[in-house]
Amino acid sequence: MTPQDLRSKDKDIHAFLEVFDDAKSYGQGPLSGKTIAIKDNMLMEGKRATAGSKILESFISPYDSTAIKKLKEAGAIIVGRTNMDEFAMGSSTENSAYGVTRNPHDRERVAGGSSGGSAAAVASGLCDMALGSDTGGSIRQPASFCGVVGLKPTYGRVSRYGLIAMASSLDQIGSFTKTVTGAELIYNVLKGQDPMDSTTITENTYPMKKKFSKIIGIPREFVESEGVSASVKKNFEGSVEKFKSLGYEIKDIELSHIKYSLAAYYIIMPAEVSSNLARFDGVKYGMHKDGKDSIDDFFQTRGSGFGKEVRRRIILGTYVLSSGYHDEYYGSAVKMKNLITEELKEVFKEVDLILTPTTPSPAWKMGEKSKDPLEMYLGDIFTVHANISGCPAVSLPSGLDGALPLGIELTAWLGREDNLFAAGKEFLGE
Amino acid sequence: MAKLARIELGDGEAESLSHEFDAILNYVGEVRDVTNDQQPTTNDYIVKNVLREDTNPHESSIYTEKILKQAPAREGNYIKVKKIL
Repeated sequence: MTPQDLRSKDKDIHAFLEVFDDAKSYGQGPLSGKTIAIKDNMLMEGKRATAGSKILESFISPYDSTAIKKLKEAGAIIVGRTNMDEFAMGSSTENSAYGVTRNPHDRERVAGGSSGGSAAAVASGLCDMALGSDTGGSIRQPASFCGVVGLKPTYGRVSRYGLIAMASSLDQIGSFTKTVTGAELIYNVLKGQDPMDSTTITENTYPMKKKFSKIIGIPREFVESEGVSASVKKNFEGSVEKFKSLGYEIKDIELSHIKYSLAAYYIIMPAEVSSNLARFDGVKYGMHKDGKDSIDDFFQTRGSGFGKEVRRRIILGTYVLSSGYHDEYYGSAVKMKNLITEELKEVFKEVDLILTPTTPSPAWKMGEKSKDPLEMYLGDIFTVHANISGCPAVSLPSGLDGALPLGIELTAWLGREDNLFAAGKEFLGE
Repeated sequence: MAKLARIELGDGEAESLSHEFDAILNYVGEVRDVTNDQQPTTNDYIVKNVLREDTNPHESSIYTEKILKQAPAREGNYIKVKKIL
């Protein structure tokens, strides 16, 4: 596809913020000939990287992120930058400063977010694969809404050097592909320890002791939470039956703390956001708006450069970290993070995988949830536990509600992406 | 809070944010109620600091121009800001 073709096919979807005119292969390797789109929060030398924000509208990446460097070495053709919620904060790309991405299956609906552009680009065949980042579900939720495979690897598996940070204890780079085989291919290219990201893990950090024995756990009470739509429940039961017919043993499991993942997430994430985004001050790079003095420059630049959701989360994060409230909010959230991780560790002694829906509903109409932030946040209920614990998780397309794709999510214990690939391939008949 | 975060808010925004925060803080507050009597636990998977020796610097000034080019205002090899004191 020429860049012109790509642009014209993307006109109604708006998956791309920029289609590169100089896309080419940089080498020979496992991704030779594959066209790949990148989320607009990853640095590629000489290209713009805006993170969907006005504050970085003119920013040109001075170097390649490790993920991009690895794609180039593997022979991939990087075709363009995809749309996203500003600084990856959102579930619909409606928070992008550059317009919304439409769902390829229904143009009146959102593609999900925050990596909505990447999901829509793969779903509509504009590229073979795409990179996304996932802090609370930002790969898996849009993958589910658009009917593609979305993988969030173990925390630390893929280097984040050159990824514009949102919440550093949760962020992870992952992929959008049509198949699980494709997800495994790009995962093997991207993974690995990196001296430029001290949080990256080695092959031995989480030893693979337990043999895959095809046992799937279902946290029944959690899956039947309030607000899960009838079509999602029905599709989920169908998926459970499918796994049974493939020879999987299904076990009901009890996870008493997992329902608090979302509340802990909405403390830890804004706290880290408020700290990470302090660097955007109109001094070193990005937008600058003049105020009456030096400190007023900060107020003016940040007030007009950041969109509403970003301002909301920075201020919320400032509050939960402020003197007198720090222990009450941030301290309790960190305790909860540990409780959830310990609880999952126990459960994964008995099961190989945990199965849930990816989202409580299919893609919603544009504008439907943008009035009430809390309602939008509740849509992350089935995805955040993987970020809170660091566990790898994948969303697989599992059928349709009318024209709208639905997804199921498999979560594995730390370091066990192999189990996700094994079960995912069987589920999709690869 | 907006002052601490160095963000200028629009007219009425502070008020609408404070309503939204009531709902959000009420929701996330359940974490505090559940963990109240829990002692802080430690597990093997907590992120820890990874340090390296402060050696092998890259060649001096090879990134200077690339980085300064991104600055909104510069003077020679300095980033320019307004008077602070």
